[in-house]
Amino acid sequence: MSDTHAVTLRILRGEGAQVREVEYTVDVETGWVVLDAVLAVQAQQAPDLAVRWNCKAAKCGSCSAEVNGSPSLMCKTRLDDLDPGEPVVVHPIKAFPHVKDLVADVSWNYEVNKKITPFSPDENADFIYYQEDIDRVQEFRKCIECFMCQDVCQVLRNHDQHPNFYGPRFLVRVAGLEMHPMDKANRLEQIDQDGGIFLCNINKCCTTVCPEDIHITDNAIIPLKERVVDERYDPLKMLFRKLVGK
Amino acid sequence: MTNYETVDVDVLVIGAGGAGLRAAIETSRLGTRTALVCKSLLGKAHTVMAEGGMAAALSNVSEGDNWQVHFRDTILGGKFLNNWKMALNHAKEAPERTNELERWGAVFDRTKEGKIHQRAFGGHTHNRLAHVGDRTGLEMIRTLQDKGVHQGFDVFMECTVTHLFKADGRVVGALAYWREDGRFILFRAKATVLATGGVGKMYKVTSNSWEYTGDGHALALNAGVELLDSEFLQFHPTGMVWPPGVKGLLVTEAVRGEGGLLRNAEGKRFMEDYDAERMELSTRDIVSKAIYNEVKEGRGTEHGGVWLDISHKPADYIIKKLPSMYHQFKDLADVDITKKPMEIGPTMHYTMGGVRVDPDSCESSVGGLFACGEVAGGMHGANRLGGNSLSDLLVFGKRAGETAAEVAKGIASHAAISASEITAAQEALLKPFAAEGKETPYDVQFALQDVMQNQVGIMRNGDDLKAAIARFPELRERASKVRVEGSRIYNNGWHLSWDLQSMIDVAEVVARCALEREESRGAHTRLDFPDTDTGKWQKLNTVASKRADGTIEVHTQPKPKMPDEFWALVEKKPAK
Repeated sequence: MSDTHAVTLRILRGEGAQVREVEYTVDVETGWVVLDAVLAVQAQQAPDLAVRWNCKAAKCGSCSAEVNGSPSLMCKTRLDDLDPGEPVVVHPIKAFPHVKDLVADVSWNYEVNKKITPFSPDENADFIYYQEDIDRVQEFRKCIECFMCQDVCQVLRNHDQHPNFYGPRFLVRVAGLEMHPMDKANRLEQIDQDGGIFLCNINKCCTTVCPEDIHITDNAIIPLKERVVDERYDPLKMLFRKLVGK
Repeated sequence: MTNYETVDVDVLVIGAGGAGLRAAIETSRLGTRTALVCKSLLGKAHTVMAEGGMAAALSNVSEGDNWQVHFRDTILGGKFLNNWKMALNHAKEAPERTNELERWGAVFDRTKEGKIHQRAFGGHTHNRLAHVGDRTGLEMIRTLQDKGVHQGFDVFMECTVTHLFKADGRVVGALAYWREDGRFILFRAKATVLATGGVGKMYKVTSNSWEYTGDGHALALNAGVELLDSEFLQFHPTGMVWPPGVKGLLVTEAVRGEGGLLRNAEGKRFMEDYDAERMELSTRDIVSKAIYNEVKEGRGTEHGGVWLDISHKPADYIIKKLPSMYHQFKDLADVDITKKPMEIGPTMHYTMGGVRVDPDSCESSVGGLFACGEVAGGMHGANRLGGNSLSDLLVFGKRAGETAAEVAKGIASHAAISASEITAAQEALLKPFAAEGKETPYDVQFALQDVMQNQVGIMRNGDDLKAAIARFPELRERASKVRVEGSRIYNNGWHLSWDLQSMIDVAEVVARCALEREESRGAHTRLDFPDTDTGKWQKLNTVASKRADGTIEVHTQPKPKMPDEFWALVEKKPAK
């Protein structure tokens, strides 16, 4: 049956400049994930602890945090996979403004999303298309918007290029639209000029952290870059455009 | 007197799951200024957890399917207690709503002919569920979200509505707080749509998230609106039971839809003793009770469940059709479902009962207040069929949005809201900061969950229900004294202190309605009244309201009568 033992967590608490790690020890049961332990701390010792979560089943992407320095979904990170001798250090994701304790302000992502040209099919099109046409699109649509790819992307995390770069999440969204067999819009200029796709230098940090195993770099960003180059920076096409004045 | 900002809109939509988003898309499309308010971030509402699919008689896979058969399945699944007109509207309009969602960008799995693929599900005569693997809810919410951000409505994320205000008998506004900093916000609205989902968090073992605290049910009660058939709560047959941290987590019915088999600890496919014709694809109420019974009679697994096995299917097929389940068990329970069975048992999942509304307009008995989706009652009767929820969200989200916009357009200006009521509401919200009690909101929530789990659970009897009802004065007293620490900045304990008030009221409604209905029907099982009463009780709805002194009143009323032409549909056995 269930085995109970004590685990120590070191959770970032506070807001603004007043943040510090606070240590809590809680009894945990077999198979508990980090979120179970954090919620136990909240229920038993720190009722005002700020933590964002919803489904607890890795489907909603709300409980992203940095566990022992790695961006993780707290609901998917099992305590028995972590070093039993060491405290579990839990911090909020860092690429966005801190609100309090484990909560960061991720509203910037929602602003980026608004800028993307929406799905644009022909009004009277027959929606007949085949599974092989959409396997790739469905891969992109698995995204649960945990924003961990945004969190680890050095363009955002280290270089604060938020005004100039959509980040991996929204390049994945654009890829899902561009590759949708019924979509008629063109977002290539948008991701080049406004979305800053060439700020990405293919480090694949995003792919590594994706809890949905989306091949963000190989399947979304690189093909999009190729399309942008092909359409906008092909020397012959550029010359042609210059000649016809387009 | 504390401060607040004021936002004036035509339509206020509370809740941003499938129903709320669909309603807001409609109100904006019709040109009414709309605020969409949600407790969590946009796109995280409970819809995201729906797995198996949305039911719509598209007849892409089964040629014999049509709305008439879907209507019949829904009424039979609901054990004749559904509001027949809601079930009719739903069955007729679900195909159009599904196609519309596809045209808005949803990418459903395909048939060989390139159409939307449809899978089998419990209680559905035909293959009827449009789906995307086992993550259909995510597809729905993301599609509506991405459609919605270009519709022009304003989204208030992480903002919780706590009070509705009335003037001249109509709902005219609402008070809310921002989770981020605890500031108050007053909405003045000409029409208000409740789309707040269900009440599962009053149970210990549930597939529901922290958000499911019956907010909309409580807002409606407090506004003088009746709740319908609240005793009917769906215990989904297949929740995880091991390890303890994931107890209650949903295992999609799509596992059975794709051929998964249920076995007890002796290896027997026990469903043949309960519903030999439909076996694993019987309705959820029957499968849940079967599992409960197997465990009770000593044929359960080590951790008090039964086995659900899909491992006889090819591994790559399982991973393609049930990817979330594959990962969920692998990551959280160390079980490879392509090789081994899953250990499962019932988990509180869905609220059939809810706000009483007009089946066409979704308007409640109080002017200006609408409800759609899970918070509304009537559509699913005594038991919901899997897949009928996602289509319900779209059909009635659109309908509620349509009429709310119409009503709002007919109102020239915002009504004045009583300043003293606004002040009183804010004081009530802030009271726990000054309380000196020993208990936190979590302590009282756990006590409530114990009562509901043990005495108002899947199997009920009169004595337990009376004992549960007797606990409410004490729980209410304890809730009124809970202590909240810290500031108003993103303070989950403070948030729960208010949610608790809603949960306790709605829990008492559930318990009292369960005591009132002296029969067993669908998801409501009374051990002291084990038979389904096709005479008296089949014709009655339970109706709950809140008296002026705050106590809960329950009575019965005849359900609306189904016209003969639709009875004929129900009685006619369709060709399979």
